Amino acid sequence: MLKQTPLNAKHREANAKLVDFSGWEMPIHYGSQIEEHHAVRRDAGMFDVSHMLPVDIKGEGVRAFLRQLLANNVDKLQTTGKALYSCMLHEGGGVVDDLIVYFMSETWFRLVVNAGCADKDIAWMAAQRDRYAPGLEIIPCRDLAMIAVQGPNAAAKFWQALPGSEGPTRSMRPFTAVVIGSMFVARTGYTGEDGFEIMLPAKAAPYLWQALLEAGVKPCGLGARDTLRLEAGMNLFGQDMDEKVTPLESGLAWTVDLASERDFIGKAALLERPIEKQLVGLVLKDRGVLRGHQRVFMAQGAGEVTSGTFSPTLNGAIALARVPAGVKVGDTVEVAIRDKQLQARVVKYPFVRNGKALIDL
Amino acid sequence: MNIPNDLKYTLSHEWARLEADGSVTVGITDHAQELLGDMVFVENPVLGRQLKASEECAVVESVKAASDVYAPIAGEVIAANGDLEANPDLLNKDPYGAWLFKVKPADASDLNGLLDAAAYQSHVDSEAH
Repeated sequence: MLKQTPLNAKHREANAKLVDFSGWEMPIHYGSQIEEHHAVRRDAGMFDVSHMLPVDIKGEGVRAFLRQLLANNVDKLQTTGKALYSCMLHEGGGVVDDLIVYFMSETWFRLVVNAGCADKDIAWMAAQRDRYAPGLEIIPCRDLAMIAVQGPNAAAKFWQALPGSEGPTRSMRPFTAVVIGSMFVARTGYTGEDGFEIMLPAKAAPYLWQALLEAGVKPCGLGARDTLRLEAGMNLFGQDMDEKVTPLESGLAWTVDLASERDFIGKAALLERPIEKQLVGLVLKDRGVLRGHQRVFMAQGAGEVTSGTFSPTLNGAIALARVPAGVKVGDTVEVAIRDKQLQARVVKYPFVRNGKALIDL
Repeated sequence: MNIPNDLKYTLSHEWARLEADGSVTVGITDHAQELLGDMVFVENPVLGRQLKASEECAVVESVKAASDVYAPIAGEVIAANGDLEANPDLLNKDPYGAWLFKVKPADASDLNGLLDAAAYQSHVDSEAH
């Protein structure tokens, strides 16, 4: 039996094509994935991301605990509402999950984790809590729904949909959150566009969804969410990194604080393991589509596409690939697609940000 | 779902139409394009290739996935639809107008072995369950 979000009925009303995503019945698209993609790049779209799990950690000493738990440094969070992207590692340096952590007070931090990892994450956090900070409470917020409103017009349409929301959110900077009544509103997303992610009580979610719909926000499925995040050069757990690889070989070195004295779970392993691979962007020179698990060949050896797709914005094939450390931007590599070896160019990603192509195909 | 009566169908969701000149035009069904979603790439067989029946001979790719196209009958490829190179979305907009390729059949009576519209409809219905 698939789990359903509080917005399931709204998806059915909108004629969504529903699929099994990590045990949840989720919309993959509502007709055309490409139109949904363009709506987010050009106007405003919304995603039901209620399958993701907010986890509150409460009590005295949350910050000290998170210094241990997370590879990024929560001491970067000094103002209320500030958010940080981080990986959570196991002792061997592999990625348990990636998440966003919000600093709300010294006794309350909120983490938002991936749906497919939620049970594992809770167990992992609880085990570390027992070891480092037994007094803390770890509270999975399964009664919250989450709607991501994304696109150049997302903020204006959100304000239109929800009278009174503009005042407290207008001057919000990226990667910050505010609490408005029973809503937790964050200026974050997974598309490379401006917008909000709104966590709110499950029973209120269909009303906000409907109001956003009436304000002209287009419902978008997980299909468009994937092409948008890949254009934006954002990793997907389970594809671009997992428990077997470190963030240093996953394009996430920028999220790992090795500079400070602070110790964290997995740090010793990161300092020890040689860095033999890197994550790079690829654009296909020939006609075709890049897909996950295609083999990539170059002078330095072989690698693999971790995420690949057709980019609706660039109108061509793009990918993230894990390749040997010596490969450089501008190199040409060969990708095995069915019975052919096609040429691809190594590029610096993101491919697209704020509606603009950053790469020429 | 649109399943025209005048076409023949395969279990793998291709359609085939016998033309007046004896050639057979091949495409993918409305049901196939709906399952696959927005089309972004088509790779057709080269002209002159001799196809065996049920052989993988073309690929259509949507944003979601790549899907093989199988030859409905044996024959020689005599034309490929070049319009699909720049506009693969024609497969979504007009699946029975946007043909993939044409073959000169080895034996035109092979078409009789394919499904008619009613049989294809029941095949689609059975796959839905």
